[in-house]
Amino acid sequence: MRSFRYLDDTAILHLSEDKCIGCGNCQLVCPHRIFRIFEGKAEIVDRNGCMECGACAKNCPTAALYVNPDDGCGCASYIINSWIARIRGKAPSGCGC
Amino acid sequence: MPRVAAALTLRDRIGTIGARTGFTRNNYKITPGLYCLGEPSAASPVLVTANYKLTFDALRQELAGINAWILVVDTRGINVWCAAGKGTFSAEEIAYQIQKAHLDQVVKHREVLLPQLSANGVAAHELQRLCGFRGRFGPILAVDLPKFLQAGEASEDMRTVTFTLRERAVLIPLEICMLWKQLVLAVVIFFALSGISPDFFSPTMAGNRTILLVFATMSAILAGAVITPLLLPWLPFRQFWLKGIMTGVLVSLLPLLVYWQSMSSLEKIAVFLWTSGCSSYLAMNFTGSTPFTSLSGVAKEMRKGLAVQIGSGVLALLFWVVGPFM
Repeated sequence: MRSFRYLDDTAILHLSEDKCIGCGNCQLVCPHRIFRIFEGKAEIVDRNGCMECGACAKNCPTAALYVNPDDGCGCASYIINSWIARIRGKAPSGCGC
Repeated sequence: MPRVAAALTLRDRIGTIGARTGFTRNNYKITPGLYCLGEPSAASPVLVTANYKLTFDALRQELAGINAWILVVDTRGINVWCAAGKGTFSAEEIAYQIQKAHLDQVVKHREVLLPQLSANGVAAHELQRLCGFRGRFGPILAVDLPKFLQAGEASEDMRTVTFTLRERAVLIPLEICMLWKQLVLAVVIFFALSGISPDFFSPTMAGNRTILLVFATMSAILAGAVITPLLLPWLPFRQFWLKGIMTGVLVSLLPLLVYWQSMSSLEKIAVFLWTSGCSSYLAMNFTGSTPFTSLSGVAKEMRKGLAVQIGSGVLALLFWVVGPFM
């Protein structure tokens, strides 16, 4: 989705070339099409297109991918709730979405 | 086994409005399990979906003339992508529903089609190990399913998320309707603050000035929750709180011009700060509704955005209270 760009150099996404077996699952599931398979290995071709949805890591059979594991839907009220919860030492209450 | 139609009834459409405006959204579910659409056979495809009725309707609506099984998993009334993110749309849940429905006796093949956007919750390779059925990712949108079923594969376009003007516009009613509780609370606070006068408390003044502040708040909602989503790709800045400030500053002209004569300078500054600050917050909150903002990015922009928003909100209310004394 090249028409919408979010903050550059922010998303947490790591690919371990050693572990990658080039199965292509990440390329298949990524909703922003940021992977390609080149010479038997996955390659990140558009790192700043990553929205940290986690689909690639979930479907990687060798755990070669790491994505920001914080769950939550990315809406401001959820993040505020989780910040407040962290201060109070409780589990976040969610945001209704 | 329940049979469902592809066509939506009037009741379905009213339900859609209810969900889209938030009135029935949190409890708009259907019973999980296996449904049949048309006259499916043992060779027909099995489509897996969430038990949010809006999702289920969006799916069957696109399948007119197609014979298929629909396996609805229990996502507690949440759509596919969010449920996958929350972990309720998972390989374990699908395997459970497959076994519960005795799918192995219903169909001869051993494959279920998964929505692509469930991939962040479903490890397709796990599914086979759990229940013997292979999971295969279909397209993102139900509208592409007929083409996918015919061709047997999804094109790059079908696998890429979009966020068109139309897709952004349908989100707006909910963005607005979710605010009514805060709005009621705000009116009470506005009234209390607006009446503070040199003669202690003036109900007339409180009433008049509350109307003004509500008008400013409505303008902020227009800027942050309507204009910002609609103009999203064309507004400058990548951070949403900045986009919201921009639209908020422009739209604050509305309350300022309408009430220019009846406000002191301090009150004008208050209205300006309030409108742009609230708009900024609402725009920032819209990140949760888009399909391209990363959680790391949202947390990053919120640290700056929230400080500015709280600052401008507090200053606005301070100026508003001090106004009548100057």
